[in-house]
Amino acid sequence: MTRSVRRTHRTRRTLQVAGAGAAALLALSACSDSGSDASGKNSAATSSSGKDSTGKLSGEVTVFAAASLKESFTTLGKEFEKAHPGTTVTFSFGGSDALAASITGGAPADVFASASPKTMKVVTDAGDAAGTPATFVRNQLEIATLPGNPDKIASLKDLTRSGLKVVLCDKAVPCGAAARKALDAAGLELTPVSYEEDVKSALNKVVLKEADAAVVYRTDVRAAGDKVEGVDFPESADAVNDYPITLLKGAQRTDTAEAFIALVRSAEGRKVLTGAGFLEP
Amino acid sequence: MTPPPPRPGRGGAPLPLLLPALAGLVFLVLPLVALLVRAPWRSMPELLTSAEVWQALRLSLVCATAATAVSLVLGVPLAWLLARVEFRGRGLVRALVTLPLVLPPVVGGVALLMALGRNGVVGRWLDSWFGLTLPFTTTGVVIAEAFVAMPFLVISVEGTLRAADPRYEEAATTLGASRFTAFRRVTLPLIAPGVAAGAVLAWARALGEFGATITFAGNFPGRTQTMPLAVYLALQNDPEAAIALSLVLLAVSIAVLAGLRDRWMTAS
Repeated sequence: MTRSVRRTHRTRRTLQVAGAGAAALLALSACSDSGSDASGKNSAATSSSGKDSTGKLSGEVTVFAAASLKESFTTLGKEFEKAHPGTTVTFSFGGSDALAASITGGAPADVFASASPKTMKVVTDAGDAAGTPATFVRNQLEIATLPGNPDKIASLKDLTRSGLKVVLCDKAVPCGAAARKALDAAGLELTPVSYEEDVKSALNKVVLKEADAAVVYRTDVRAAGDKVEGVDFPESADAVNDYPITLLKGAQRTDTAEAFIALVRSAEGRKVLTGAGFLEP
Repeated sequence: MTPPPPRPGRGGAPLPLLLPALAGLVFLVLPLVALLVRAPWRSMPELLTSAEVWQALRLSLVCATAATAVSLVLGVPLAWLLARVEFRGRGLVRALVTLPLVLPPVVGGVALLMALGRNGVVGRWLDSWFGLTLPFTTTGVVIAEAFVAMPFLVISVEGTLRAADPRYEEAATTLGASRFTAFRRVTLPLIAPGVAAGAVLAWARALGEFGATITFAGNFPGRTQTMPLAVYLALQNDPEAAIALSLVLLAVSIAVLAGLRDRWMTAS
């Protein structure tokens, strides 16, 4: 009898430990994985030039670009692929700071387009840029409110009204730094409900109606269509962001990558970008 | 009854097992060692005494503990139901309970917004009837963490319940105890180690929770910015601070494991 009881006890114990082990394994696999999707998408091709023997562009270009460039760069990527059959443009959009950190951390990217000179400087300081970054557009802040602007927000000052749920970008992200600059210029103290990790998540809090307003880029307001309403404010002139673009040192297909940068800076590229609400450099 | 566990082999381990085993060990340990190697030891005291760090750490500990309490109150009865009561669709219920375990946490956060957000399926009534909104609040953090952590507790407790002999409960009920009394006085003490193990797992998972938290509760220092969020955002502009914060979380994890070593980490 004693033996049997002891054995039962041991069995239970073993099961318990096994269960805990299995659960721990699952914990590992379920580990949080949000943030910028900076997955390495480099092609297996190893040739350093993007041209094949006939002089045509080929291969894959991996572009790391600020979240606010998502719509316009996706359009330009498609145009590029159409103009140069055999090429593919792969994008990783995210907060410029997160992208810069992954580039300096060794993420395989060919082109970097950031939303501020400060985040670009992280990459150039680390010696990861090939050549000097060039400013290709500028972007201005705007207030995104719920459709129809039910809270009658007309100025930056209105955002400081109590009871209003406002989200800003984290100050580590260009849109957050710009928003702080604008608030400082206006001499306003604003306590948001959240500092979001990039401009799209700030915008989406308003799209989902969880927040009443967000300070985002004009381009984001335009991209969201009728899901938000934009309110211009004069202080945004004090916080205009320059967007620099550069070829990266680790680029596999320099010719193809340079051709993509050329398209972004061409008249055609500018048309797409200004159409999305960007300002000329 | 199970046969006694086999004794460990006498001879050396065969190479085809030894090499991958060592590689596996290095794989798991190397990143943690790298964290220690790259740690900015000189500026460490300064980095760790900043108010933001303590704020984030305190918030993390409070929220993880509250999430574990929620998981215990709701999860133990749920585990009992799954282990002890025969009902139609039990397999389906179990699958639904374990779903958050395999779901990417960010998806969990989006789902919570859809359900409990200001404009959510349930959240809109909470807002209009009670003026209660959960996103961007500390309560929101607890909810996000409990959502992700509770399945660990349920699975762990259910396993323990299944391994526990139901005859003790049956004996108690034949002696006149109600089923609830039998659960409280007989079953619960019997499965206490399993409940404790599950609670620790849930707590650890809640402490490390990132995706659901930042999606559902946002990021505001002192209110919803837990340690993992602070680490992620610090990494963007101050990698040294991120490493320092990571070391704090690592130390907390090691402390928890060390504290529980005698209870359940040693096999057999």
